[in-house]
Amino acid sequence: MRERAVIRMLPDGRRLHLHDGPMDLIVEAFGAEECVHAAYAAASARFAHVLDELCGELALLRRQARAGGEAPRGIVARRMWDAVAPFAEASFITPMAAVAGAVSEEILGTMIFAAPLARAYVNDGGDIALHLESGEEFSVALIDRPEEPSLFGKAVIRAVNPVRGIATSGWRGRSFSLGIADAVTILAGTAAGADAAATIVANAVDLPGHPAIARIAAREIQPDSDLREIPVTRAVGPLRQDEIDEALARGLAKAEKLAASGLICAAALHLQGETVSTGVSEVSALRLPTSWDFPLERSHLHA
Amino acid sequence: MAEADTIRCDACPVLCHIKEGRTGACDRYANHAGQLVRLDPHVVLERAVSHGEPVVPFLEASREWDGTMVRTPETFVTAIGAGTTYPDYKPAPFIISSKVDGADMVTVVTEGIFSYCGVKLKIDTDRFLGPEQNLVRAQDEPVGHVTTSEYGSQMLSLGGVHHLTGGGKREGRVTCETLLDLCNGKAVELAIDAGAKLVAQAGRPPIVNEAREERMRVGCGSATIGMFAKQWFGKVDEVVVVDDHITGVLSEHQAGKMLGIAATGIKMKGRRSTPGRYFQVAEPGTAWGGTNITDPLSILSEWNPKVAWAGLRLLMVSTTGEHYAYFELNEALQPVEKDLPATLAESVERIAENCEPALVSVLFMGGAGGSLRAGVTENPVRLTRSVRAALTRVTCGGAPVYVWPGGGITFMVDVTRVPENAFGYVPTPALVAPIEFTMKLADYATLGGHVDSVRPLDSILRDENRRRTAHKAENPWPLAPDANTKAAK
Repeated sequence: MRERAVIRMLPDGRRLHLHDGPMDLIVEAFGAEECVHAAYAAASARFAHVLDELCGELALLRRQARAGGEAPRGIVARRMWDAVAPFAEASFITPMAAVAGAVSEEILGTMIFAAPLARAYVNDGGDIALHLESGEEFSVALIDRPEEPSLFGKAVIRAVNPVRGIATSGWRGRSFSLGIADAVTILAGTAAGADAAATIVANAVDLPGHPAIARIAAREIQPDSDLREIPVTRAVGPLRQDEIDEALARGLAKAEKLAASGLICAAALHLQGETVSTGVSEVSALRLPTSWDFPLERSHLHA
Repeated sequence: MAEADTIRCDACPVLCHIKEGRTGACDRYANHAGQLVRLDPHVVLERAVSHGEPVVPFLEASREWDGTMVRTPETFVTAIGAGTTYPDYKPAPFIISSKVDGADMVTVVTEGIFSYCGVKLKIDTDRFLGPEQNLVRAQDEPVGHVTTSEYGSQMLSLGGVHHLTGGGKREGRVTCETLLDLCNGKAVELAIDAGAKLVAQAGRPPIVNEAREERMRVGCGSATIGMFAKQWFGKVDEVVVVDDHITGVLSEHQAGKMLGIAATGIKMKGRRSTPGRYFQVAEPGTAWGGTNITDPLSILSEWNPKVAWAGLRLLMVSTTGEHYAYFELNEALQPVEKDLPATLAESVERIAENCEPALVSVLFMGGAGGSLRAGVTENPVRLTRSVRAALTRVTCGGAPVYVWPGGGITFMVDVTRVPENAFGYVPTPALVAPIEFTMKLADYATLGGHVDSVRPLDSILRDENRRRTAHKAENPWPLAPDANTKAAK
């Protein structure tokens, strides 16, 4: 039976929790009380229809995106399509690679349209859309493994930075990855763009044919997976330092290319305790700790 | 696409096909033996939340604030998830006042970052785990070493600053991960150089070379003779309790002599210590009584024909009763194995019954450094003195600790007494452990405490982002006036 979407406030009374099928969103807006209320009401009303819209075009959204191919019609689906289009020529990618970011963007857009807000974020399982009025900022902590989080960096995103989307991809996450990165975090202009780019960069952090990496065809695990017979990473054994460096270098080369072409603002790549990054100077506050660079706070943005 | 072991989930319009034992795209619905089952939604929400939170001041922290400990009507705020201020010399994250029996008490709550820390493992086993001083490895990296063996247990010492930060980068990371897992009650695989492989998990039986250790020996071989001599008297002529440390022989043992048990002409291999007690009857191993032998007769020499007699009854048993064999001498004075008589089976079972369950114990050990103490008081050495004078009680996630004598505040805590997932880490690498200092408000002021930062307990409890957890009954209540703090008169 179809379950109804869950729309509720979290126990803190400040954050909105939206859940429907595979979508799980945490929403928070900052501003005048009545504005926050109006924004949450608008987000909830919009959210109730998103999954049905997407599922109406699911078969198309699971197919490889190709330039000039059939484009979807729904507004969220179009956002997904647009986000993956820049990668479609060089890589196998389906619009599903940007679904979480696109949903976050859609809900955030609805909220901003409904009421003036100083700041707001919509977080769909780590794929985050941000809204910042002039002078506002968000602090974001980066964690490596969702099940055993440790901060590996912290970013302060200010209104003057072009960043409005944050996404993370890695083989440990809920979505499949072709690569071996524990986490690749992308800061980009849009959440959908960050989402698609995180997938691409995480896929590039790889050591093809390495015996310590276990892979299995995506459809062996999820028969409906858009990745079909493509082998996805299921386990990564301990790697030597030079292997870690090599895999990260491959991913970093990809990230630098995307940064140079303006598709992303910054990237932090994490593999077995090592972190490399690009675009840090653009987002001046992104700090990657070498040791105790940051105050330890136990709240995390898996971003 | 729809294979035999696949079901179609109709919980949402995604309509996933889910294979046996897998979940759908949502991770919420699963195919359990062909049935669509819903997994606990709360767990998923928790995960969604842990996936993403903006960093807010720690007072508003939401992920795993793991901890207020509730014991109606009193509440003790643990340091788990409290955060820390390292390396800033600022007041600790929480300094909380509460009234206990009318007295104003203060608890300073912080999380310590311990790069000088380790765990002590007590592995209840007679099996030989490896030579003393040899390296203990996890994921091929050295993370500690084999230290002393105390009664029935092998001690391992893991972590410490040399492995955490003094070795290679990977060594440090693996050491940190190993300590963290052990402290949070997870199973860890360890391998000892020139020794055994084992799986260690706090409060669980050790698994040595894939064999689960069930029992801790009842005593050494000699002690076993002493304990059971009376029960054997008259039912058997000779008993050998095989033990890697001290093998006991009934007829030669003081206990046997006291009962008037006759000499049997038995000749043991190994080095005789005192009558009826033998060292080194075989090499250490994982077979009979922690030796390497599988044939017990291999530790016996020829019987003395002037003393031994045909028909002599011999029981050989290990210190846990796990291994045993019964023999009778034939005309040529050769032992011939026979079924164990029922009267003796009882004593073998009694040995097994008296063995306590073999467990792995994990003690976290760390020292509260200068900066951590500075979060408590402007004059850190006074905190040390206050702990020494038992005016200040130290707890770890509300659990009692043993504070070592000597300088500093070096403590040990049984990780099974600390709430779940109390330990964290930072990539330095170092462990993050909760630590609370509880004392009278007046004493706190005397030792130069940050009295301006003291907040009433109520202000903490109003914030809903607190995980409340039940007080562990075996732990003394941290705020109880007499737990181990002298009331300052």
